[in-house]
Amino acid sequence: MNINATLIGELIAFLVFVLFCMKYVWPPIINAIETRQQKIADGLAATDRAEQDLRLAQEKAKQHLVEAKTQASALIDQAKKREQQIIEEAAVKAQAEREKILAQAKAEVEAERIRAKEELRKQVAALAVAGAERILQRSIDEAAHSDILEKLVAELN
Amino acid sequence: MASGAEITSKEYITHHLTNWSVGEGFWTVHVDTLGWSILMGLVFLFSFRAVAKKANAGVPTKWQCAVEMVVEFIDSTVKSTFHGKSPVIAPLALTIFVWVLLMNLLDLVPVDFIPYATQQIGASMGYDPHHVYMKIVPTTDLNMTIALALGVFILMIYYSIKIKGVGGFIKELTTQPFNTPWLYWFNFILEVVALLAKPLSLALRLFGNMYAGELIFILIAMTGIYQIFGLHFIWAAFHLLVIPLQAFIFTILTVVYLSMAHEKH
Repeated sequence: MNINATLIGELIAFLVFVLFCMKYVWPPIINAIETRQQKIADGLAATDRAEQDLRLAQEKAKQHLVEAKTQASALIDQAKKREQQIIEEAAVKAQAEREKILAQAKAEVEAERIRAKEELRKQVAALAVAGAERILQRSIDEAAHSDILEKLVAELN
Repeated sequence: MASGAEITSKEYITHHLTNWSVGEGFWTVHVDTLGWSILMGLVFLFSFRAVAKKANAGVPTKWQCAVEMVVEFIDSTVKSTFHGKSPVIAPLALTIFVWVLLMNLLDLVPVDFIPYATQQIGASMGYDPHHVYMKIVPTTDLNMTIALALGVFILMIYYSIKIKGVGGFIKELTTQPFNTPWLYWFNFILEVVALLAKPLSLALRLFGNMYAGELIFILIAMTGIYQIFGLHFIWAAFHLLVIPLQAFIFTILTVVYLSMAHEKH
């Protein structure tokens, strides 16, 4: 074993290799590795977060669904109640209308009757007076006997 | 058995353990060690650079996944040992780990394949095949492991001085374990030995393990059982554990030593 100039050559080669590795090999590779590690860590964290969000959203959706159901049934109840109310109101109204119409009709009939009666009375009175006139001829003083006639008319009522 | 029965066992082993050398004396260069180690370094850098260029935080490709596994393994190892901020330590650890691993993996190439092929090429080019050497595992060459350890050692000294200052570093070397001026010289000897032992043990541990493994492969190859793959396969399976383990030990000790250099007492 002899130590010789090979050692110097190897030493130079060694230094050159280390320098090259230091400048052009190590930094890009270790950077890529560390960046990827960061990326993977971020990705995992994002996944966790997304899962959490999903769970929350599902819970919220379920809550919304329950709420909607309650609301819907409340709405239906309300509608039913309202329907009942409307029917009742209509019935009451109809009843009132009927009574009103009936009353009006009755009133009209009454008025007609009264008018007819009045007419009749007048005619009867006139007729009676005419009759009496014919019978009594001029002997009867209209003015003197009008109270008798009035009495007669009143009796006709 | 590469070149037939005319060579002895000693020649065979020696041939396998000799580097392809160019030059004289200290200025000898082991072309095979240098070439294979640089090739492995380039394999590492290009394959990782291909990922780095297209790296993004999106869905990774399969090759990107593989590379990122290695990078993250190194990153977590460094972070568990070194609790500071340093732009150097993690890339350094990655380079050491993958480079040493790739170089160690060359040990699993059957011991005769490449040397034999090289011999044939050398012979065809008119060289004596017995003197064409090709030792492909760079970590079985002490020059390689010492160069790595020396690089780490330089960084240790650099950071010690950068973090603690020259005074702080000298203080660390002299005031412990015995905190009395009378024994500062003794502390200094102890601490310097401890300091030098770190890179030396790094270099020798890796070298010793890989060299021994390689030697066993050569011995198995010599017995001839190699031809039916049995023993060779078992040793390879065992060695398969040693290869990444040694790469990992070298890496983790580098990180530990450098984080010790960063610590203030």
